[in-house]
Amino acid sequence: MHARQSPIDAYALGWDASTRSVQLKVLRALPSTSYSIMARRYDSRTTIFSPEGRLYQIEYAMEAISHAGTVLGVLSKDGVVLAAEKKVTGKLLDMSGSKEGGYGGSGEKIFMLNSNVVAGVAGITADANSLVNYARQAAQRHLYMYNEDIPVELLAQRLCDLKQGYTQYGGLRPFGVSLLYAGYDPHYQFQLYHSDPSGNYSGWKATCIGANNGTATSLLKQEYKEDISVEDAIELVLRTMSKTMDSTTLGSEKLEFATLTLDADKKPKAKVYKPAEIDALLQKHGLAKKEEDTASA
Amino acid sequence: MDISFALVGKGYVIVASDTTAARSIVKMKVDEDKIKVLSPHLLMAYSGEPGDTVQFAEYIERNIRLYTIRNTHPLRPPSAASWIRRTLADSLRSRRPYAVNLLIGGYDTSTHTPHLYWVDYLGTMSEVPFGAHGYGAYFGLSLLDRYHDPEAPLEEGLATLRRCLDEVAKRLVVTPEKYKVKVVDKDGVREVEI
Repeated sequence: MHARQSPIDAYALGWDASTRSVQLKVLRALPSTSYSIMARRYDSRTTIFSPEGRLYQIEYAMEAISHAGTVLGVLSKDGVVLAAEKKVTGKLLDMSGSKEGGYGGSGEKIFMLNSNVVAGVAGITADANSLVNYARQAAQRHLYMYNEDIPVELLAQRLCDLKQGYTQYGGLRPFGVSLLYAGYDPHYQFQLYHSDPSGNYSGWKATCIGANNGTATSLLKQEYKEDISVEDAIELVLRTMSKTMDSTTLGSEKLEFATLTLDADKKPKAKVYKPAEIDALLQKHGLAKKEEDTASA
Repeated sequence: MDISFALVGKGYVIVASDTTAARSIVKMKVDEDKIKVLSPHLLMAYSGEPGDTVQFAEYIERNIRLYTIRNTHPLRPPSAASWIRRTLADSLRSRRPYAVNLLIGGYDTSTHTPHLYWVDYLGTMSEVPFGAHGYGAYFGLSLLDRYHDPEAPLEEGLATLRRCLDEVAKRLVVTPEKYKVKVVDKDGVREVEI
């Protein structure tokens, strides 16, 4: 399900996404026996090519991500919207800290990387934490050197340089994490980027990573309109999320949500929604209760 | 003995510097360009210890160029000035610091605003409407204080600069004979005759 639909690329970087989907089609087309034998012989090392010229560990890492909770991002003229499906839930999980703590949210999938960048992560949470920490440091280093917020693409590049290193320097496991970066800088205004374990990154108008990303991307492709407003983007994200997620009801215990807009001083303002705010938002868009929305669509 | 002036106007920055290269009491050269073009919308006038100036300016020039190549877009003037100041401040705390004073003028193409920064060899930086280094500052700053208008069109800005240069010519014991004047605005950098 991870073969991406043809990319709706924003910054002419979509080529890598399409090359990857071709690559993964080859993976499925191979006879299962030769595939598994080849895989077994060459998959123990991350930095060794198989005779077909592939790096299995990297492909497995991407496979792992396509089972992770969905993260969805939509770019609009006046803001960027991110939503993420939380996987670690349950009656007995102590969520009391997430009600008030920090800058909001339970902090499982959506993180502030810098005052102008919010990221959604899909994959191994522990790996993601390490990458988030690295990104925050990179952003602060840039601030120290240049006295400006790091440009969004530059931050994505910093992380991708690190991730790429693990596909080449031996003995270590690659980061099993894909990220969506929602950001703003004066050069290109609002931006949405995606990066994967191989160290590729690309810019998007709307995209999705994690479980059911194929379904979500095709939905986004149908529904996305040029010069969409933030309000419409929020609705689009919530609607797409409710159709893609496995669970029947949408609520703050399964969902993380964030927006990045400009405040009155034209400075980027990230808002990571608190559980109560998410529930209020779902209520507002009529998605709080059952899946009647899915039926009507 | 270097003299440099710079001032901000409506959508532009003028940077001017004399063109003499002197050693002791001897003029070695009278057509030295002491204003570097760092990027399509960034100028830097440098003065100070001979040798240090060119070495430092070239180091800055090449690193700003490297950033532009790596990141597809150039550093914006505020970020470039911050980085240059940082480099100078780090140098000050090294075994052999650079003794270089700078005027950094640039036009920010993303916010459409001109910027001018005054930087000295100690790593002091200040964003200013006009600035000067060297002996010219003693005569020029009072004139700039009186006549500078941040909303003035280019002709008026150049006239104000003219006043400063004339005053230097009139009062300073050893006056430079020639100045190089560069302007940066939305269309980029160009040299003007004065």
